Amino acid sequence: MFHIYCPHCGEYREEEEFHAKGQAHIARPLDPEACSDKEWGEYLFFRKNPRGLHHELWVHAAGCRKFFNVTRDTQTYEIKEVYKIGEQPSFVTEE
Amino acid sequence: MSDNVVVEEKPVDTVAIMNQLPGADIVGQSPLHHAELDALSKKGVRKGGVHLRENKLQAHLTLRCNPNNTEQLAAVVRVLDVALPLQPLTSVEKGDVSIRWISPDEWLIVVPGEKAFEVETRFREEMEGHHSLVNSSGGSTILELSGDNVVDMLKKSTPIDLHPKEFPVGKVVSTVFAKSSAIIRRTGDKRFELVIRRSFADYIWLWIQDASREFGLVIEA
Repeated sequence: MFHIYCPHCGEYREEEEFHAKGQAHIARPLDPEACSDKEWGEYLFFRKNPRGLHHELWVHAAGCRKFFNVTRDTQTYEIKEVYKIGEQPSFVTEE
Repeated sequence: MSDNVVVEEKPVDTVAIMNQLPGADIVGQSPLHHAELDALSKKGVRKGGVHLRENKLQAHLTLRCNPNNTEQLAAVVRVLDVALPLQPLTSVEKGDVSIRWISPDEWLIVVPGEKAFEVETRFREEMEGHHSLVNSSGGSTILELSGDNVVDMLKKSTPIDLHPKEFPVGKVVSTVFAKSSAIIRRTGDKRFELVIRRSFADYIWLWIQDASREFGLVIEA
């Protein structure tokens, strides 16, 4: 079980109050009509599956119902940080 | 048939306000009407660790507005005579008005059922800018739980830490309760208030009876 800090409620809650919503920071193409099939397909369907740091979108479904981002290590399950939508993560992998 | 349907332009400031209370000849029924709590309160046990009372037929108003807009905050004070709790997980109560913080831009206001229409109408007059006020009275009901074992009973039902240090009087949380959800507020040392969904009211009523069995459940009218 995760113990997740909700940045809107300002306290830790149990995982069962939250839902994972997949990879974070996926920007919708500004001009979808101009996308190639490949670009659009990658935007719509292709997601990272890293071993290590992963930026994820979560929602406090049973609580304040707000979305926020989580940086999590998929190997150790450790949550490195929690940050609000629009903010940038401080933990990033060197690629 | 033409694809081009001309949509008639309507003025955007028209808000449908309706007095949801029927006339006096129609009796309002709470979601726990079938449980006949009034009758149970007369014949049930008088001693037990958990006391239950349904605070039925209250007006539940969901307000969403901008917490940084001082004019909107002032409008709330003009209507309700009490300010919105801006601190997360807090609530305020004054007279028969209580306001719970739900989310950074959402509050649940509870006033007596017969006052709903008046409060709604006043909000339409006073509030300006981007906001929303929804009367969700029919969608939920309130359970008041108290007694020496109320915390023990709640511990079976929700993952929230109920220690007085973590959960002082006045704190309010939206969380999971059994397999449903509830807005839990501490109104006293051994006194809690649950705002529960109408459709889950029967399930939670059955759950509370089961969870309270070892402590004894007293129904209050």
